[in-house]
Amino acid sequence: MTNSTTSSRTHLLKRRQVLAGAAAGAAALSMPGFIGRARAEGPLKVAAIYTVPVEQQWVSRIHKAANAAVARGDIEYVFSENTSNNDYERVMREYSEAGHDLIIGEVFAVEDAARQVAADYPETAYLMGSSFLPKDDAPNFAVFDNYIQDASYLSGIIAGAMTKSNNMGMVGGFPIPEVNRLMHAFMAGVKETAPDTKFQVAFIGSWFDPPKAKETAFAQIDGGADILYAERFGVSDAAKEKGVLAIGNVIDTQSDYPDTVVASALWHFEPTLDHAIAMVKAGTFKAENYGVYSFMKEGGCSLAPLGTFEGKVPEAAMKLVAEREAAIKDGSFVVEINDEEPKSN
Amino acid sequence: MNEALEILFTASFWVAAIRIASPLIFATMGELICERAGVLNLGIEGIMVAGAFSGWFTVYMGGDLWTGVFVAALTGAMFGLLHGFLTVPLGLSQHVTGIGITLLASSLTYFTYRILLPEVSSPPKIEPFQPFAVPVLSDIPVLGPALFNQTPLTYLAYFTVAAVAFVFYRTPVGVAVRAVGENPSAVEAQGISVTAVRIGAVMVGSALMAIGGAFLTMSAFNSFFFEMINGRGWIAIALVVFGSWRPGKALIGAILFAAFDAYQVRLQQITGGVIPYQIFLMMPFVLSIVALVVVARRATYPKALMIPYQKGER
Repeated sequence: MTNSTTSSRTHLLKRRQVLAGAAAGAAALSMPGFIGRARAEGPLKVAAIYTVPVEQQWVSRIHKAANAAVARGDIEYVFSENTSNNDYERVMREYSEAGHDLIIGEVFAVEDAARQVAADYPETAYLMGSSFLPKDDAPNFAVFDNYIQDASYLSGIIAGAMTKSNNMGMVGGFPIPEVNRLMHAFMAGVKETAPDTKFQVAFIGSWFDPPKAKETAFAQIDGGADILYAERFGVSDAAKEKGVLAIGNVIDTQSDYPDTVVASALWHFEPTLDHAIAMVKAGTFKAENYGVYSFMKEGGCSLAPLGTFEGKVPEAAMKLVAEREAAIKDGSFVVEINDEEPKSN
Repeated sequence: MNEALEILFTASFWVAAIRIASPLIFATMGELICERAGVLNLGIEGIMVAGAFSGWFTVYMGGDLWTGVFVAALTGAMFGLLHGFLTVPLGLSQHVTGIGITLLASSLTYFTYRILLPEVSSPPKIEPFQPFAVPVLSDIPVLGPALFNQTPLTYLAYFTVAAVAFVFYRTPVGVAVRAVGENPSAVEAQGISVTAVRIGAVMVGSALMAIGGAFLTMSAFNSFFFEMINGRGWIAIALVVFGSWRPGKALIGAILFAAFDAYQVRLQQITGGVIPYQIFLMMPFVLSIVALVVVARRATYPKALMIPYQKGER
């Protein structure tokens, strides 16, 4: 019931907008760089397009933030999950045609096509996970990514304090910027507490092949690693089976691996999404890089509570973590962003 | 360099190789049975997805692990029946039908997954098969743990190879299956239905493929991921050619491929990032292609492979 009322109102709104098109268009043109559609009332219509199921770690964070916004009554939310890259552009166009105000998703593999869609629907706001920066010629296409290097760095400090063999394994999917920068931040953190650590880095060439990630992690444990950086599903399982420790990434999986996962760098998508909602509502959405809203000082990332490892991490390390966390938040310490492919040393 | 060679003599390397080979062995045997009966089954990739899900889901719902394996096999057999029906009596293109089965099976699986599990925040887990050390045999240095400290599904894989070889070369059923792939008219002349034998072979083969998929969710790992089959079915098709359509050779091919894979992940760690990781990931495939080129030249493929049989047609 509520839905149909809202949608008919949206239709009316749209019709009125078309009538007022000439005037509004002139106004919009006079403010280059903005989407000139201020929405005064009612929830925003938000659509999301994910290339993987919503329970997969990265997307699960976006989905969670969107559901929170729905619960607050800020948005109406629909989504397509497991959309293959071949279909991505089509689904994007469908949502755009359907009149959604804000479309979120991930365009890492379909950058050009997605930007073309944005150009074809200048009235719609797009906020897309991307390895590239926003461009001036696409004023309605903003980008985000999980810039949670602050939290990864802190998890590295803990890992460095927990390693005995000074040898760590890292299994990644593909060396794309969002993976690389977190691995580098983690390694930088480790070097604070265990400067001579050897890192084994491997990529498995797939996002969702846990058996393969697990095999790779086994190989790293054979190679002497006693802490694994779990970028992929499957790594913590290998650590659990072999009795070594793991550091989580993006989500907190400690409840599944209580004796294995020491700390996790969590991503919170809420600041990113909430900023976008506010901008669209105010009619001031523009092509920004929303990456900063994943920074720790914006509340975009945090270190998961130690939980089962409370009291098992050396005091000195936790003190350093607290110090650095405060420094990151007040801006006196900045974790380096390094998008280069990490290598074994 | 020494380090690179030493890997080959560690037990854990061979344990990994056999573990990686297990799903491939099931899938390869399944494809081999289909092709020996004259039916190319490109539905393999999707059937593995369906098997991985149905087996896992059975256990997730409280079923026994072996019940899960049985359900996976049954699911595979059903898709095999569909493929068989379309390609044998109807004589449709085996390539097109097979690709269609792969698309259908994987999409249907995902659809079912979402219908059955609409609200999960992280991939649900089951308690998978655990390794079981065979007494005495597992004490043999290096090879012992590699071959005999695996999960029961791996032992089932060994048994499958032996069973396929035995049935093929020692039983009338095997003769009939091989004959429909070589000279179906001769089989029909004996009063045996080519259609029945072919459909039966495709169903059994597809059941094995599905168990191969189930290995990934019930032994190698403990939860279901949509893209986790990740091309393993296509590899099995190449392994059938590599094995010249013979169970023993195909087994060796599967273990060889898996050993390359286990080797590359270990090699990636010791070269210190000098060589790009893609080279390593490529290695098993490149070596397989090379092996295929060498071996396949002499391969004698089933004469009636991909040729539909129409009764009475000359």
